[in-house]
Amino acid sequence: MPTPSRYWREIPQRYRLEAGKCRNCGFVAFPPRAICPACKAREFETITLADAGKILTYTIIRVPPQPFVDQAPYAMGIVELDDGVRLTGQIVDCDFEELKIGRRVKIEFRKIFQEGESGVIYYGYKFVPE
Amino acid sequence: MEGIIGYGASIPRNRIKVEEIAKVWGADAPSYRKGLLVEEKSVPSPDQDTISMSVEASKNALKRARINPREIGAVYVGSESHPYAVKPSGTVLAEAIGATPDVHTADFEFACKAGTEGMFVALSLVKAGEIKYGLAVGADTSQGAPGDALEYTAAAGAAAFIFGRENVIAEALYTYSYTTDTPDFWRREYQYYPQHGGRFTGDPAYFKHIVGAGKGIMEKSGLKPADFTYVIFHQPNGKFPFRVGEMLGFGKKQIEPGWLVNKLGNTYSGSSPLGLTATLDISKPGDLILIVSYGSGAGSDAFVFRVTEGIEKVRDLAPKTRELLDKNCCYVDYGTYAKFRQKIRKAG
Repeated sequence: MPTPSRYWREIPQRYRLEAGKCRNCGFVAFPPRAICPACKAREFETITLADAGKILTYTIIRVPPQPFVDQAPYAMGIVELDDGVRLTGQIVDCDFEELKIGRRVKIEFRKIFQEGESGVIYYGYKFVPE
Repeated sequence: MEGIIGYGASIPRNRIKVEEIAKVWGADAPSYRKGLLVEEKSVPSPDQDTISMSVEASKNALKRARINPREIGAVYVGSESHPYAVKPSGTVLAEAIGATPDVHTADFEFACKAGTEGMFVALSLVKAGEIKYGLAVGADTSQGAPGDALEYTAAAGAAAFIFGRENVIAEALYTYSYTTDTPDFWRREYQYYPQHGGRFTGDPAYFKHIVGAGKGIMEKSGLKPADFTYVIFHQPNGKFPFRVGEMLGFGKKQIEPGWLVNKLGNTYSGSSPLGLTATLDISKPGDLILIVSYGSGAGSDAFVFRVTEGIEKVRDLAPKTRELLDKNCCYVDYGTYAKFRQKIRKAG
C-alpha cells in the first residue's frame, strides 16, 4: 500500500503524465529519471505524454493485489501512446469481449483506489475506449 | 467584455432505465416515465466521482479555451457530493490541469446550484480584474435512497466553464441571484441519503425561486422572454423546466436544446450547467441565452449570455454534450447499479 507521501510525489506523473525527455538523445523517461539510461546525460526537459494510443497487449486480472480486490475482474493493458511511449494501466468502461490488440483508447482521469472508508483516495490515469 | 472562453462536459457511460428501477420496487414504470418525463439516467462507474468528472470536464473546457492553465487564477468546484468531508476537490482539479500553485481554490456547496455559484464567483473575479482566467465546475454523483422517488432521477455528470476577458465565446451581460431560507431538501452530516419535503419542493421552492430569479434578471436587463434564443432551467425532472418556462413566458423551442434530463437524469450541481454546454454546442453568434439554476435550501442564480463569433472556432475542439449523452451507452441492471453506487457492499 503506497503512503500518502509517495502518492503525493507521483502526482505530476499520475495526474498530468509528465515525463522527462533527454536533451542529449531524446530518450523519454516515464517516470522521469536523474540520468538518461540511453546516453547517461543528466539534462532533461519536462514533456507531457500523448493522451491517446492503441492497445499493444492486455490481460484480465482475476486475483488482484489487496487494494484492488473489490475491482476484480479487471483489464490491464500496455498501450502505445501516439508519441510512441508505452504505458501500463487499467482499461475500464469496456467489456472484455471488446478488448482487441490495436484498439484505440484514450486516457481518462479516474479514481485508482482508496484506503478503506477513511483513508486517502488515490487518483490517476486509466484507459477507456475512444 | 468578460464571459465564457471555454466550456466542457463529462458524462459517465453507464445508464439505468426507469423500468429497471421500478421493477425492483414494484412501482409502475409508465407512471414514473409520464410523471417525471425521464426515461433513463446516467450512473457513474465505481472509479468515477465528482473529482474525476470535474477533471475530465475541465480538460475539455481547456481544449476549447486554448490557454496556458498556469494563468488560471481561481478554480472552484460546486457539488453536493465532494468525495472528502475535509479536503478540497478543487486542489486535485487544480493540480490535474496544471494550474497550481498560483491559484485560489475553493469548494462550493448549495444543493443543486453549487455549480452556478462557482461560475458567479469566478466571473466576478475576472470582472474585478483580480484574475486573468477563472475555472468553475458543477459536478455531482448524486444519490437517492433505495425506492425513493429521487432514485429515478439522481444521476452523475459535470460541466466546466473558463471565464476570461479575451477571445470570449459568450459574453456575460447580466447576473442576478434570488435566495431565501426554504427547507425543501437536505442531508445532515453523516447521513448517506438526502431527505426532501415531497410536494413542498415544488411551488414554494423550485418555482418560487426560479420565477423570482428569472423575473429579476429580466427586469434588471430590460429583456423579455422573446429576446432569448435559448433558456436553461434547473432540471430535477422533465416536467418542471417546461412548467416554469410557461410561467415565465418561454416556449418549448427555447428550452429543448438544453433539456437533457429525459436521458441524463438530474445531475444536481451539473444540471443547468450541462444544459448550457449543450446549448452552446448548437448556438450561433448573437444568440441570447438565459440560464437559471436552482439549489434547495434555497436559491437561484441567473445569467444572461450573448454568444459571439468565437463560438464557431472552438465548438468542435472537444466532445459535444449530446454526443457524450448518446454515444457508447452501457445499460446496467439494478444489481450492478446498486454495487456501483455502494448501495450494497461485499462482505469482508
